[in-house]
Amino acid sequence: MAIDFNQNHFALFGLTPAFAVDLEALDRAYRELQTEIHPDRFAHAGEADQRLAVQWATRANEAYQALKHPFARACYLLLMHGIDAMAPGHAPMPMAFLERQMASREALAEAVANADYDALGRLEKVTRNEAERLLADVAELLDGRQDYAGAAEVLRQYRFLEKFLADVGHAYDEME
Amino acid sequence: MAYSEKVLDHYENPRNVGSFDKDSADIGTGMVGAPACGDVMKLQIRVNDQGVIEDAKFKTYGCGSAIASSSLVTEWVKGKTLDEAMALKNTQIAEELALPPVKIHCSILAEDAIKAAVADYKQKHGAGGEYVACQPVEEN
Repeated sequence: MAIDFNQNHFALFGLTPAFAVDLEALDRAYRELQTEIHPDRFAHAGEADQRLAVQWATRANEAYQALKHPFARACYLLLMHGIDAMAPGHAPMPMAFLERQMASREALAEAVANADYDALGRLEKVTRNEAERLLADVAELLDGRQDYAGAAEVLRQYRFLEKFLADVGHAYDEME
Repeated sequence: MAYSEKVLDHYENPRNVGSFDKDSADIGTGMVGAPACGDVMKLQIRVNDQGVIEDAKFKTYGCGSAIASSSLVTEWVKGKTLDEAMALKNTQIAEELALPPVKIHCSILAEDAIKAAVADYKQKHGAGGEYVACQPVEEN
């Protein structure tokens, strides 16, 4: 058995390239592959085979991580279509979106300053809902309409909200 | 990461923090964001009839380097013409603040912001860089 290093992440786990993946099938395929290529199984093999086994395990893990998380999976799919969604130099983000982000940042700073858990909770909920909506749009653009440039634009906005939610999380920590 | 002294200075004493009325005719607003780090930067300029930037303000949510880059740009563009402001390069910002390679994108963000602000002002006054003196609008 061997891993073909030229295979894409989806093919590695026997999946069709798409944003909508069967996460259980992915987990199952990953576990099977892991068992098959675990370096312990090559303990008595030659040094070259052991090294190869480590490379396989690394490759499998990298592919699994890239497919497991929605953001990383969308990024990877876009890369397969020649778009690096996070590279600098893309069209500017919509003004109205950035204005909302600025307002959210201000609201976050205010909530932290006032140790206002309720405000923080509301901010988190609103942002989480918007992030979910954006991710649904990304799914539709990728799998439904094959509009990759459009998907990249929405994905960049989603990334923004993900980062903001992480900062809301830090704010909770700080207020405790 | 250790920030340079100049970054720390701008971070601790940011110049020209604030906002102008973005709907005002003599104001140009540039708003940019960096999805990867979630930074959002607003840079505004107030331009006189001769096309010279009289005042500038910024508001940035982001890391120290992003704040310092925008703070520095507001200082630099005051007294400059729109064309001079457009010629500003991120490398000048990065050099002045001694930004490490991983923070170069913050200086690019600031360059994008000032360019967007100039573009916004020019758009308000008709494309082609013609600086038509604006008449105050009577509001009732």
